[in-house]
Amino acid sequence: MAFDKMELQKIEVWDGNFAAAQALRQCQIDVVAAYPITPSTPIVEGYAKFLSDNYIEGEFVMVESEHAAMSGCVGAAAAGGRVATATSSQGFALMVEVLYQASGMRLPIVLNVVNRALAAPLNVNGDHSDMYLGRDSGWIQLDAFAPQEAYDLNFIAFKVAEDHDIRLPAMVHQDGFMTSHTAQGVYTLTDDEAYGFVGEYKPMNDMLDFEHPVTHGVQTEEDWHFEHKARQHNDLMTKVFPKIQAAFDAFEKLSGRKYNIVEKYDMNDADVCVVCMGTSVETAREVATEMREKGIKAGVVGLRVIRPFPFFEIAEALKDVKAIAALDRSSPNGAPGMLFNEIAGALFNTDKRALLSGYVYGLGGRDLTKAHLVSLYTELQANVDAGKVTTQLQQFIGVRGPKLAFL
Amino acid sequence: MMKKGWDEFEIGAMLRTFDGKIDDIAGTLQEDRAYSENSSFVASVADWRINKPIFNKDFCIDCQFCWVYCPDISIISRDKKMIGIDMDHCKGCGICVEVCPTNPKSLLMFPEKSDEETELATWPAKNKETK
Repeated sequence: MAFDKMELQKIEVWDGNFAAAQALRQCQIDVVAAYPITPSTPIVEGYAKFLSDNYIEGEFVMVESEHAAMSGCVGAAAAGGRVATATSSQGFALMVEVLYQASGMRLPIVLNVVNRALAAPLNVNGDHSDMYLGRDSGWIQLDAFAPQEAYDLNFIAFKVAEDHDIRLPAMVHQDGFMTSHTAQGVYTLTDDEAYGFVGEYKPMNDMLDFEHPVTHGVQTEEDWHFEHKARQHNDLMTKVFPKIQAAFDAFEKLSGRKYNIVEKYDMNDADVCVVCMGTSVETAREVATEMREKGIKAGVVGLRVIRPFPFFEIAEALKDVKAIAALDRSSPNGAPGMLFNEIAGALFNTDKRALLSGYVYGLGGRDLTKAHLVSLYTELQANVDAGKVTTQLQQFIGVRGPKLAFL
Repeated sequence: MMKKGWDEFEIGAMLRTFDGKIDDIAGTLQEDRAYSENSSFVASVADWRINKPIFNKDFCIDCQFCWVYCPDISIISRDKKMIGIDMDHCKGCGICVEVCPTNPKSLLMFPEKSDEETELATWPAKNKETK
């Protein structure tokens, strides 16, 4: 190898962005086509720095927009390279058209999404609007709650996405600023361990295989399009979870860190629980422990995999719980929240009918405080005691003005 | 092309130009290449055309301008001799006619339903140069 290796401490103090950039270095990405946007910029900036310092053998392509960034990634991936980039918010929104191209073309690109609110009003802080915007795009979506996980999940993402049985692009989500700019201790892998885990990139149907010429990005009409989409959905529904589980198992063997498709905390005997994503999971865990001291059996379910949606794993995790709060950090704009709907769907045909209520919180980086969660758990316990949802089904947490509740 | 079920084709929005491995494709003429049924070469798009070019070899000087400029590689030329037009892929854009330098032109556009023999028989005469 013509590039230099980097000696890392066993524990480094990294924020989520730098952790992701280090993971891209260790995976030896061939091409990063990127356009900067807060708060994800340091990821691709980090890759570019590693590249110019000879820690990577690759190519950094500066482009004029995020649409062009993802288009460059599609071209490089179709040509047969290991490809990644990063974005947030408006940049993600501009990429959306090409996200569908990438997944439909079955190109295993890894996109680090540093979650940020969508304008208007313009806002640079973290919520899950961009993450939710991508949920029908046919990508695998993994969610990190902390910098350690932003690092680890990049390896998982490449491992799963590039598998020839999968060949689907994957997003690794982390919360803008709360994860991306908060430095924490991150346990590292050595360069050899990391590269050994993801393995050398094995191209498939690549355009640079001149002995087997292919046309990528073909057009199909009513006679073929449906079959292609059906196949993609089938592979997301049936093939991805076993590969993710296998990658989690292999990663645990390598690093000692255990990941689960649905992350359960104190759920064995929980009466009430919160289902959420991102940094809120850690806050909820802390509050759940405190609620138990007050006699409320509280638990937390964090979604590690958002797409494909872990329908059965969620139903299993929630099977014995009496009241559930679905926390959506994206404005549903005229509907129940995504998590509320998905959980309702997962539980509707089961015997257990838990009391399900939805909450919209944290838009534009508004804090979800421990006090918010204390009243939330208390409300859930009140629902359990009353045997019904005592509030309206959708409430807003932490917004100023008269209390908002719907449905 | 046989319409296969969702589980019967390769993944991706991708089509193979040839079945299996190919060798020295750059040194092989189109008509000698074993294109797969999925190659766009075997699909006719003749019905996209409203007007068609007709080639009159009596005036052609084999300058290859039409071959160079055709955006659909639909001018068939062998050993630098213009042979004719690939009417399965010509879209009737008229660029070949535009770039043809002969007088009269060796390529002219006609409505798709025109009869080639009739048009060749009534080909325009040489334009007199005016000073």
